[in-house]
Amino acid sequence: MTAIARPFAPARPRPTVRRRVAALVDHWGLPAYTVAAVAYLLMPIAVMILFSFNEQVGKFNYQWHAFSLDAWANPFGRPGMAAAIRTSLEIAFLSTLAATALGTLIAVSLTRYRFPGRSATNLFIFLPMATPEIVMGASLLTLFVNTAQPPLDTVIPKGVLFPLGFNTILIAHIMFNISYVVVTVKARMAGFDRRLEEASMDLGANEWTTFWKVTFPLIFPGILAAALLAFSLSIDDFVVTNFTSGLTNTFPIWVWGSLRNSLPVQINVVGTMIFGTAVLLVLGSTLLQRRAQ
Amino acid sequence: MPEIDVRLVDVTKRFGPDVVAVDHINLEVRDGEFFSLLGPSGCGKTTTLRMIGGFEEPTSGLIELQGQDVTWLPPYRRNVNTVFQNYALFPHLSIYENVAFGLRRRKVPDQEVRRRVSEMLELVELPGYEKRRPSQLSGGQAQRVALARALINRPAVLLLDEPLGALDLKLRKQMQIELKRIQQEVGITFIYVTHDQEEAMTMSDRIAVMNRGHYEQLGTPEELYERPTTRFVAGFLGVSNMLRGERLGEDGGYAVVQVVGGARVRVPRERLNGRAAVEVGVRPEKIRLLSAGAPAAEQLNRLDGRILDASYMGVSTQYIVRVADEANLTVYEQNVERTEEGSLHRPGEMVSLAWTPEHTFVIHEGTGGDAGNAG
Repeated sequence: MTAIARPFAPARPRPTVRRRVAALVDHWGLPAYTVAAVAYLLMPIAVMILFSFNEQVGKFNYQWHAFSLDAWANPFGRPGMAAAIRTSLEIAFLSTLAATALGTLIAVSLTRYRFPGRSATNLFIFLPMATPEIVMGASLLTLFVNTAQPPLDTVIPKGVLFPLGFNTILIAHIMFNISYVVVTVKARMAGFDRRLEEASMDLGANEWTTFWKVTFPLIFPGILAAALLAFSLSIDDFVVTNFTSGLTNTFPIWVWGSLRNSLPVQINVVGTMIFGTAVLLVLGSTLLQRRAQ
Repeated sequence: MPEIDVRLVDVTKRFGPDVVAVDHINLEVRDGEFFSLLGPSGCGKTTTLRMIGGFEEPTSGLIELQGQDVTWLPPYRRNVNTVFQNYALFPHLSIYENVAFGLRRRKVPDQEVRRRVSEMLELVELPGYEKRRPSQLSGGQAQRVALARALINRPAVLLLDEPLGALDLKLRKQMQIELKRIQQEVGITFIYVTHDQEEAMTMSDRIAVMNRGHYEQLGTPEELYERPTTRFVAGFLGVSNMLRGERLGEDGGYAVVQVVGGARVRVPRERLNGRAAVEVGVRPEKIRLLSAGAPAAEQLNRLDGRILDASYMGVSTQYIVRVADEANLTVYEQNVERTEEGSLHRPGEMVSLAWTPEHTFVIHEGTGGDAGNAG
């Protein structure tokens, strides 16, 4: 920080070349590094956005041809694409909803109550995040396939978990999302002052009202952040989804499938849209949090 | 007979098998009084308050509020409100909504809410603060808002849990007077928890001095200070000189007790209550210092000793006097007679200590007394 704050030193008489260089590095080193690091992070996104304005020549969108708005004018105009996006959004929405509700309740109970198995739960919650996705996908696949074998096939009707499809993707996404929600909400709960709830009950609010008038508004920024995280993890997931999707296509699966014979510009268009939405959501939640402080 | 607002019958609270936070307390708080639970940290005073508020359930016993058994009722079904130690203002709500919180829960019409909130903010001298957030308040202001938020519900009893603990000394003094004024203005029973004996004495009508889960003595500040009945109370409220002794006989309305060095002191007879071995005490400011051998009124208690130490403290001088090579007594002497530098007693000087027998108090414990439930 001192590097930025330090002014050029006018008082020093006749600085040597070496000193002048040192002063320049001192002054611009950190900003330059920051710009470079951010550029490194944003480069792929910039390329994606840029190539969404490319003209489609041939099957692949690897080379720049000419500026064109064709893909933007018809963003979902590829066979199967709209359905895949729709599935992705549905799964992301439903899994976010379920995982946020379940994860928030888990986080609240883990921070609020002492019970046998609490620390074990804390550990188990962490495991799905630490497990490589490919392991999780493979074992989920095994699990789902086995529901169609004896003895499980007598308990679980055919068509619910097997053959694979929408249900299995949804279950898998809820599963890995719960961990992230729990961890995020727990962080918010950690600093929660229980006396606020006591004060609320003291003032005549029962448990239900206290949760909605005091607890929920105070941990809401954490819940919102958790939901955004869950949504983006779900809409973006490929590995686990690939194992559990069967014949159902989500957007990432569809992209992967189409990649074998074509890479349409529309993929970049949809990617840009998802990116834009994510940026707006993050901005919105940041503003909301700032207002709540 | 004043009406009883809060009654605790044989209330005990255990945390786990080993920790007894509150140990068989019986207590009656009268309508409209300023009642304090005073004691060191861990004495059970906050737990007692939390049980009255409904935040803890007693392990056994009964809690009555205006004649109604509330032992098992949740906080929101009791007609009491609490001012929490660190205020516990809702950070996501404005001051207005904080104060209005209780009325909103009872679905009071908007117009009345508005009127009563501004009335309350007036009472705690914070008019015009409606739109602020708790984070924009100073400690003293937050304290007042917490008070307003509780009082607006017109509870039968207001519970205050060390509400001034986080404030600096000057503000605390100011708030003590303020709290007393508000209590008199609204006429609500206050139960006040504090570890600060001066604070309790300044504000309270009655005080229960708590130690290790029960109260040792209950009474007005004056009773507790002038006639403490346990060693703990004598030491917790101010400074005391304690002397072990034996009862010799009686002399008129007084019992005669032989203390250190064979000296005899007289104690109002009823305070001794027939005990043989006793411990008597006297407050340092009740003792007058006389030059050795100087004449003193016949009826005064008198001990001879040598000054060990003299500390000038401005208002008064504190002397430590060694009596009969056995006990050190502390004496405060107001600096009214001091006419020039060093004109009074010096270390090494022989002196006499004299005080009226009525200022002698008697400890009721350890010698077959009834410590603990002396209320």
